[in-house]
Amino acid sequence: MLHNLSIGELAAHLGGRQISSVEITRHFLARIERLNSALNAIITLTAADALAAAAAADHRLAAGERGPLLGIPLIHKDIFCTDGVRTSCGSRMLDNFIAPYDATVVARLKAAGAVMLGKANMDEFAMGSSNETSYYGPVKNPWDTAKVPGGSSGGSAAAMAARLAPYTTGTDTGGSIRQPAALTGVTGVKPTYGRVSRYGMVAFASSLDQAGVFARTAADAATVLRVMAGFDPLDSTSVDAPVPDYAALLSAPLKGLKIGLLREFFDGLESRNATLIHDALKIYTSLGASTVEVSLPHLPLSVPTYYVVAPAECSSNLSRFDGVRFGYRCDQPKDLADMYKRSRGEGFGPEVKRRIMTGTYVLSAGYFDAYYLKAQKVRRLITDDFRSAFQHVDLLIGPTTPTPAFDIGAKIDDPVTMYLNDIYTIGANLAGLPGLSLPCGFVDGLPMGLQLIGPHFSEGKLLNAAHQFQLVTDWHKHAPRGYE
Amino acid sequence: MSLTRQDVEKIAHLARLSITEQEMPVYVTSLSSIVNFVAELSRAETGGVEPMAHPLDGQRQRLRPDVVSETDHHEKYQKNAPSVQSGLYVVPRVIE
Repeated sequence: MLHNLSIGELAAHLGGRQISSVEITRHFLARIERLNSALNAIITLTAADALAAAAAADHRLAAGERGPLLGIPLIHKDIFCTDGVRTSCGSRMLDNFIAPYDATVVARLKAAGAVMLGKANMDEFAMGSSNETSYYGPVKNPWDTAKVPGGSSGGSAAAMAARLAPYTTGTDTGGSIRQPAALTGVTGVKPTYGRVSRYGMVAFASSLDQAGVFARTAADAATVLRVMAGFDPLDSTSVDAPVPDYAALLSAPLKGLKIGLLREFFDGLESRNATLIHDALKIYTSLGASTVEVSLPHLPLSVPTYYVVAPAECSSNLSRFDGVRFGYRCDQPKDLADMYKRSRGEGFGPEVKRRIMTGTYVLSAGYFDAYYLKAQKVRRLITDDFRSAFQHVDLLIGPTTPTPAFDIGAKIDDPVTMYLNDIYTIGANLAGLPGLSLPCGFVDGLPMGLQLIGPHFSEGKLLNAAHQFQLVTDWHKHAPRGYE
Repeated sequence: MSLTRQDVEKIAHLARLSITEQEMPVYVTSLSSIVNFVAELSRAETGGVEPMAHPLDGQRQRLRPDVVSETDHHEKYQKNAPSVQSGLYVVPRVIE
């Protein structure tokens, strides 16, 4: 079936003119119509625009043009501005916001001939680890609809697992690509900070946010990342460095690769989950890699560090939502102060307000040094730990999450317990490192993820290591029942 | 350490957030637990450590030539505004 083909296979069929982009697009639109209501993964469907974009791609193909993504559909996380299409960021605040321009990620993919099917549900302003904080309701995990898909890019991950698109986009501030990728059994890549432009991506925590991709395989992710990544003068922290041809790096043999097993990631990890990681390591050993245990002593402090730094940046970034220029405005404000407070109080959901208040507190006079400055210092210690480790190993390996997907509602009333879901993913964001999650087995019928973390700009090596694993395993080929 | 209702009211005011009566006790409890959780950072020895604001050390703010590169989009942008008159954003009266 079309929805099980890889991006490379779809491109080959399109290039050989055996099938048209309009046919592929219709196939995925029909799947979304049939399957999305049980998942709530997609909150805006752009069927007419998709068919027009597909017809335009077919014209380009008929004229002899070829491209790795030309005519191939995708779904964008609703955090990326899409010109003329609602960009809600999962919030009541932006429920009526029609983006007046394209994010650079959107523009680059559009220029490559990608066909947007719609926009994916997400935790409100990307703040959450379960996709339960969305104004549009929770996303369900296709493997078990009583379970969360993870977050914040839960809609993108669930759509990918349910084969509603050949690939989807996401963003990762503390694990928001890797964690949902793990919980839904797909491959997710969070590139190096600065690798992909943040222009037009609604800001949460600007020193941590990074855009990436969900795909079925590392090979597909390599194809998409090559198009998404690269210098953008519109993003002041975009890095001006050439983008490698990631697909060309996939086939390198792993002989001699040095893998560090992160000791801190196994403290308290349930034995069945740990077994899956050790099984994965055996596969890497059989492929010629060597493994050594590595300790990052400050890593256990990454969650408290993050929950100072990220809310501080969030409280600053979200001050732009004032009910004046765009977004929600309360009814009948009695004066300007009332308009600010009620527009924000009514427009933001509970978790976003909690993060804004946490950030306001840690930045306030009398607490700044004890919390914010302290966290920035610990952030450096964590980053230095990673740097030391990468003097001895090529990449680090461990679980992506402590447990498989949990029940909807199980953790939503206890923020600290929810925050600890990201215990294995946050370190890479603090240090700006690339990370990748790929499926490595099942616990109680639910997928688990293996996480690879590498030095800055080592996406090519991570994709190579993931691809070699996927050549000798089939975990990434499993589909949830009903979505085969 | 635990935050009081007065602490949360002050934070909410600084953040310009209206908090309802029903929400208030939830925030008093959850913000207290978060503040306690992040207080774990005080255990770390950070003497002489330079605070880190940005993940890529050595990156500098770029400068660009001081030439006009934007065109006027105000009509398109103001379509998203809650209230506009003659190209201006309308807000409640500030000066009596």
